[in-house]
Amino acid sequence: MDWLLVSVMNGVVYGLLLFMVSAGLTLIFGMMGVLNFAHASFYMLGAYFAFSLQARIGFWGAILVAPIIVGAVGVVVERYFLRRVHQYGHAHELLLTFGLSFMIAELVKLFYGNYPVNYRIPGSLDFAAFAVGGLDYPAYRVLMGGVAMAMFVLIYLLLTRTRVGIIVRSAIYKPRMAEALGHNVPLVFMGVFGVGAALAGLAGAVAGAFYTTNPNMALELGVMVFVVVVVGGLGSLGGAMLASILIGTITSLSVGIDASLSDLFALFGARQWAEGVGGLLTLKVSSTAGTIPFALMLLILLVRPHGLLGEKG
Amino acid sequence: MNGKTPLLAVENLHAHYGKSHVLHGVTFDVGRGEVVSLLGRNGSGRSTTMKSVMGLVPPTQGAVRLAGVALDRARPYEICRAGIAYVPEEREIFANLTVEENLRMGEQAAVAGATRWTMEDMFDYFPRLKDRRNTKGGSISGGEQQMLTICRSLLGNPLVMLIDEPTEGLAPKIVAAVGECILDMQRRGVSVVLVEQKLSIALKVSTRACVMGLGRIVFDGSPRQLIEDEKLLADWLAV
Repeated sequence: MDWLLVSVMNGVVYGLLLFMVSAGLTLIFGMMGVLNFAHASFYMLGAYFAFSLQARIGFWGAILVAPIIVGAVGVVVERYFLRRVHQYGHAHELLLTFGLSFMIAELVKLFYGNYPVNYRIPGSLDFAAFAVGGLDYPAYRVLMGGVAMAMFVLIYLLLTRTRVGIIVRSAIYKPRMAEALGHNVPLVFMGVFGVGAALAGLAGAVAGAFYTTNPNMALELGVMVFVVVVVGGLGSLGGAMLASILIGTITSLSVGIDASLSDLFALFGARQWAEGVGGLLTLKVSSTAGTIPFALMLLILLVRPHGLLGEKG
Repeated sequence: MNGKTPLLAVENLHAHYGKSHVLHGVTFDVGRGEVVSLLGRNGSGRSTTMKSVMGLVPPTQGAVRLAGVALDRARPYEICRAGIAYVPEEREIFANLTVEENLRMGEQAAVAGATRWTMEDMFDYFPRLKDRRNTKGGSISGGEQQMLTICRSLLGNPLVMLIDEPTEGLAPKIVAAVGECILDMQRRGVSVVLVEQKLSIALKVSTRACVMGLGRIVFDGSPRQLIEDEKLLADWLAV
């Protein structure tokens, strides 16, 4: 049962990381109706900026400053690129962010090389938090989860308890009316875009040190973040959290399951037949781990198109 | 007008929806504390005039001035902050926010000379809203939504309120309450531009009536002059 506990914990931490990146995206997606393909690129930039800054201002300094720089990049992208093409419709915005994600990836390769960089957890944080069944559980994973949880609570309070939060939530729902009530909605959009980018940058700065920091990290995570936003529901922070944890745990658990459908058939004495048929029936669950989130997305789109907790129909 | 600058002046306003030309030179003005009705058949351009003044359908030609300040190139939020509030026909309640949060969305700093309103004033007008303050905007009745949308805009402490079809589909009792609210706004110095389908209500609360047809103002006078002009009523208002 220990592996189960560890798998669930790893899944939750990975889910929390997914949440950190998708929190900004779901707000941007919900507000502007634009699927920002470059969002995961902000995650990657966070990791690389933190890597570069680490040598000069230390690990904690880098974790703090990198997201701010990424947020500034986000503001520039919104103000000078996205806003200009906004009038031509979503397709243009989508293509713009799509192109941007390639440009960022190529720039990263240009400056840092097409291989992982040596961005690691500082020695002072590389210890075990506790042991589960004789295995040490790294404190850094706990820290990553903690950062994500703190972020969730902070955004939640900001959105529900402050005037800025009320304006953001209204602008997601009815931007034109929010503007007619005297709120500078374009500025709100820019702010949300910047904060969303900064949060993705923070996730990258924190997670890049634990997983690997390489030019493909945006691509790897980007697709999963997309799934989270669709499953969780447009503009819903709670939905993003729920979907992130769900996908994180499902992925993590399925990696550890060394069974296939033929084992199910074995219960009815049909193992030989199932193995004879082969194909899907003998495919191990662990090898489908990467596909399960997409199957979940497909299912959600079919039965609940606005997502688990989406506010917009 | 006594030769003074009117509070709100709309001059030769033109507006388009895509290629279709909807407003063909709308001209009218509103003095301080006046209630001006915009009357006319469906499609005569009354709602578009309001949206155009508010910057939601940007005018393609013409001028909008509030106390002499040009607003026809301004963004909707700038127009609101200058002192014009808009109550849309569709009500546009934020369904995901509570009644109280909806009201707080409307709060704006008052411009010089504006009447100030508090949330308590709103609850005095419509006690229902106080009972429902923690309910989501999407879960309240149509009548309550109408009260909410008026109060939300009024909390912006406007000089001029543009109110589009406030009594449509409401029970007679609520219609009366909305009418009373408009009269009270006027007593407290807020100017109102009202689009209203029900002629009896419009004429009861208005100090002046403008009739629109084919994207223009075809009559501008007192409610009494309007009801005495049978040809005008038959040509532009009769269904």
